[in-house]
Amino acid sequence: MRHILSLLLENEAGALSRVAGLFSARGYNIESLTVAPTEDPTLSRMTIVTNGSAEVMEQITKQLNKLVDVVKVFDLNEGRHLERELMLVKMRAEGGAREEIKRTADIFRGRIVDVTDQTYTIELTGPRDKLDAFLEALDPLMILETVRTGASGIGRGDWIMRV
Amino acid sequence: MQLSGAEITIRCLEEEGVEYIFGYPGGAVLFIYDALFQQDRVKHILVRHEQAALHAADAYARATGRPGVALVTSGPGVTNAVTGIATAYMDSIPMVVISGQVPTAAIGLDAFQEVDTVGITRPCVKHNFLVKRVEDLAETMKKAFYVATTGRPGPVLVDIPKDVSQQVTEFLYPAQIEMRSYNPVVKGHPGLIRQAVQMLLEARRPMVYAGGGVVLGEASEFLTRLVRELGVPCTNTLMGLGSYPATDPQFVGMLGMHGTYEANLAMHHCDVLLAVGARFDDRVIGNTRHFFVEGRRIIHIDIDPSSISKRVRVDVPIVGDVREVLQEMQRLVAETPQRLDPVALKQWWHQIGEWRGRECMHYERSDTLIKPQFVVETLYQVTQGDAIITSDVGQHQMWAAQYYKFDKPRRWLNSGGLGTMGFGLPAAMGAQLAFPDQVVACITGEASIQMCIQELSTCKQYHLPVKIVNLNNRYLGMVRQWQQILHGNRYSESYMDALPDFVKLAESYGHVGIRIENPADVEGALREAFALKERVVFLDFMTDPTENVFPMVKAGQGLTEMLLGAEDL
Repeated sequence: MRHILSLLLENEAGALSRVAGLFSARGYNIESLTVAPTEDPTLSRMTIVTNGSAEVMEQITKQLNKLVDVVKVFDLNEGRHLERELMLVKMRAEGGAREEIKRTADIFRGRIVDVTDQTYTIELTGPRDKLDAFLEALDPLMILETVRTGASGIGRGDWIMRV
Repeated sequence: MQLSGAEITIRCLEEEGVEYIFGYPGGAVLFIYDALFQQDRVKHILVRHEQAALHAADAYARATGRPGVALVTSGPGVTNAVTGIATAYMDSIPMVVISGQVPTAAIGLDAFQEVDTVGITRPCVKHNFLVKRVEDLAETMKKAFYVATTGRPGPVLVDIPKDVSQQVTEFLYPAQIEMRSYNPVVKGHPGLIRQAVQMLLEARRPMVYAGGGVVLGEASEFLTRLVRELGVPCTNTLMGLGSYPATDPQFVGMLGMHGTYEANLAMHHCDVLLAVGARFDDRVIGNTRHFFVEGRRIIHIDIDPSSISKRVRVDVPIVGDVREVLQEMQRLVAETPQRLDPVALKQWWHQIGEWRGRECMHYERSDTLIKPQFVVETLYQVTQGDAIITSDVGQHQMWAAQYYKFDKPRRWLNSGGLGTMGFGLPAAMGAQLAFPDQVVACITGEASIQMCIQELSTCKQYHLPVKIVNLNNRYLGMVRQWQQILHGNRYSESYMDALPDFVKLAESYGHVGIRIENPADVEGALREAFALKERVVFLDFMTDPTENVFPMVKAGQGLTEMLLGAEDL
């Protein structure tokens, strides 16, 4: 089952490689991993999307907690949560196709953020399945390049994750 | 007080009460060695290879419970040390390893003797640090000792670039340290502890399985009292030997791949299992699916939450310091008049008595060939069971574990998790330094001993009169045993040809060497060796090359599927 884990960790050199090293050493999957400093510059917030049985998830959480740089781990699947991902797509956009691509982007609340005579670059934010649906709605032959950040997650409502 | 990074490093060791530091100098640690030279509180032991420095520091920690400290230079100094660091990591031994690094400005430029030390050691340390500013050094050292010795212990490495050891700053050693990201649990959950006690008191076929965590957590005394109070059987893992007195009638021997018949069967057929500071690893319970053919309820006490429900599901998980938890359990048992059903318990002991009747540790005696088991048994008698025994890895290690009866913790020092050949001799040095008046013997084989044989020189330099009991069967014995049993007698590369004359070798290092070829000479040679209190004695026992370790559970099989002797092959 797919799980989305939120981590607070010391914003120190090597913290990322400890987490990444743990996943590879113990054979756990990483679907995506995002990390950046928080409003407190001594802390980083990381979101890891992974998958595994309940037993594997229990081990992943315990092993992450064991890392000395990790301050807190929470499996967002345990409560209601939001998940967002940013994607940039560069499209071939010539002649009549330009209008069609613009319309599709509008439907998905995407924004064109760069333009040339032949191309559009579209920015799109949303949960993973929305980004997937947008790509499916486009003519694959027209897609020149895509880049996705991987998911960032946060709990819904009053629930907050802090030290 | 203004001090250089090198001086700060040594002052921190002093503050931590470090007595010995094991190491080997080199370019990146020259300032630190210079600071060592100019003081006389921390004593340095110069080994002949960095691996040995780590093993000696590790064994010092195993024997005393205090953290071991090693000092190595950058590059090859560190890579040589990695085997020793991983050995300590697998057995949760508290250690602080200080490594030199090339100057900060040279890091990443493929400088002479540069390796990514923090990267190379990351998977085999509890934590590591690269100190980039001399101002951070003292606090980092404090953190290193704190992390290494608390929670589930382990090695912590501090990498110090050469310029950092040269720069000067104000020295202030923090009295205490707090880390928001590191807060090991000590007290177990009171509700779960109560539940565990109740479950044990209601058991009909109880079993206690204690591992290295009991030794590390200084909990032997509490374990022993609880087991005796309840009148239940107790087994130890290889790492747990000595945590429960081996000569006690309630002790059923070591369990696992080469455990006793009665321990393995009791483990399999019990209805309530109390696991303390042990981790159900593959060498202990074999095939997990087979283990769960029989239903039993499991209580698991461990300080590391990730050890619980890793290989087996448990019913009562108790995360906490084993000493605290056992003490609390004992208190609860004392409070209640309830005890285990005496009829059921009697039947259970009767069953165990039948299993014991198989006498699985029996071996064929011989007048002509020296049986390795006989050497260990005689060693036990000659040393009156009171020696610190170190071992290497292989058949001799298992015979040592099976035939030397450890009544106290911290007397049996071996590489259980990583299984590192070469551990025994440097480990004996570390133990002898910690306890200069104690008898220390290294049980080894002709293959293992050659992996760190250069340390005979260190023994000479520091007058460490360890006794080496070499069970010389001219084979990589355990490899040969597996090849015989599992690979159709094809002894691929397991024969040790072109062996040195160990007697002459010992003599060339300035030690005493004795070669023993007849069973009748075994006891006399051992007595002669231990009478030479001031000397290293290398006892080269020419043992039966065909002897195998029994009982044996083949890898991947279940605990009850034991081979008990040659007749089962």
